[in-house]
This record gives sequence, C-alpha cells and structure tokens, in this order.
Amino acid sequence: MKEVKEYEKDLASIRTMMERSAKFISLSGLSGVLAGVYALAGAVIAYFITYYPVSPFQYRIYSIQEPDKLWKLLVLASAVLLASIATGLWLSIRKARLHGVKLWNATSKSLLLNISIPLVAGGIFILALLYNGHFGIAAPASLIFYGLALIQGSSNTYDEVRYLGISEIALGLIASFFAGFGLLFWALGFGVLHIVYGAIMYNKYDR
Amino acid sequence: MKNPFENLDKVLEHRVRLQIMSVLIANDSYDFSSLKEMLAVTDGNLATHMKALEKEKYITVSKSFIDRKPSTKYKATERGRNAFRKHIDALETVVKQQKQ
Repeated sequence: MKEVKEYEKDLASIRTMMERSAKFISLSGLSGVLAGVYALAGAVIAYFITYYPVSPFQYRIYSIQEPDKLWKLLVLASAVLLASIATGLWLSIRKARLHGVKLWNATSKSLLLNISIPLVAGGIFILALLYNGHFGIAAPASLIFYGLALIQGSSNTYDEVRYLGISEIALGLIASFFAGFGLLFWALGFGVLHIVYGAIMYNKYDR
Repeated sequence: MKNPFENLDKVLEHRVRLQIMSVLIANDSYDFSSLKEMLAVTDGNLATHMKALEKEKYITVSKSFIDRKPSTKYKATERGRNAFRKHIDALETVVKQQKQ
C-alpha cells in the first residue's frame, strides 16, 4: 500500500496531465500585447493614408475607391499580420522550451485546424465583400470572423481567449451598424482588446 | 467504517496508467507518440501499460496509416471513464481521511 503523500501526488499529476494534454499552454500573453501594439501602429498609418486630414472620430462618407490607396492598405495589413504571427510563433517557441514541451503536438494541431475554418471562411467572405464594392462592412466582418475563430480555438487553450472572442464579435456587430467608422473599430478590436486580454493572460500565466 | 482503500482501482494505482487515463479523458483521442512525449516514458514502458489498460477494456485502440507511417490512436471507453471517476473519488476520500 502506498503512502498518503503518494496519493496526493497522484491527484496532482492527474490535474497537470489533463491541462497539459488538452490545452495549448505555450501561448504567451505577451504576443497578444505586441500584436495589439502592431495593430495600433498600423491603424495610425492607415489613418494617414485614408482619412487624413479628417478627424478619425468623424464619419467618413466616401469609402476608399482609389486602387493606389487600396494597395497601400493591403501591404500595411499584411505587414501587421505577418509581424503578429512571427512574434506569436517566436514567443510560443520560447515558452514551449521553458515548459519542456513540444510546440507542434496533438493539441496545437487541433487548435490550428479549429481556428483556420472560420478564418478561411471569413477571409473568402471579406474578399467577396471587397469584390462587390462593400468596403464599409469589410472591417466589421473581419472582427466577427476573428472572434468566431477565437471561440472555436478556445477549447484548446486558456479561457481568456474565449472572452476575447466574444468581445471581438460584439464589437464587430456594433461596428457593422457604423460602416464609416471601420478603422476606429478595427483599432479597438485588434489593438486595444489584444493589449487588454494579452496583459491579463500575461499576469495570470506568464509570471 | 468502510475502508476507503478498498475503492481504489488496482489497475489505476500505477501512476503512469493513471496519467494515461487522465490524458485520454481530457482529450477525445490521443496517439502513441504524443502520449509518449507527454508522459516522458519509453516505448516499451508505455506499450506495457497500454496493453494492461486495453485488457481491462478501459481503452480502445485503432490503428491506421498516416503518410504510410503507422499511427495508433487510443480512446477511453465508458467503462474506463467510470473506473477513473471512482478511482479519483477514492483517492480524495483517502487523502481527506488522513488529514483529519
């Protein structure tokens, strides 16, 4: 018969095994904060490309139609996205090494598959919106589909990701009624919300 | 008073088997190599314990090929889930009684 201490260890090991195997714990809160900072910087540059000299809080009646500006925005958005993914990947690799787990495991595979379904669907849908000239609700649509992806992926990682997803969807729905303020809502959703939730996660799990 | 040690599951008293069951209950299914990584045990060690759990019908095994490499997937059965639950309850009772 084992010592009681051993039974306590059994109980503790059940807990760690369940969490470690089902959750992608290598996700770093810091990557959320940095992604938010990149998004805000991108939004400021985008403001100077499109709205300037009109105040960002003012309603913009004419949506961007010039191909020159559209290309600039596309390059800018891709740069923000790539920087965020690269930072997230780098910080996750670092955290995985710290915990002594592999980054590419059954959990991260299922996480990636789960989030890519709403992301790809949303991406194609937004392309269709742009193709048909509905520029006004492209930004709200990206917030909504991103939120859906986060909720889909949240079962494989920290609970905060679920709340972030719900916030993004709510913001996207509000934004869809204020089509002229796309950039402002976009900066709130991808910038401010990422920084807030990233900071919460960093405080809770990374320190 | 009833002895709470009697309720402990003899098969699950081994820590590696308990950990295997924990992973299989938290996840829909898990493959051999991922389990090996998660538990940090050797091939032979893990295989022995998987056989023991399979014999008790706590888990089911399905073999397939992914990219021409063999892949073995495990799932917890209803019987395995019940045994796991009972074992945890017993563990908690044992620990609680000793603390009093």
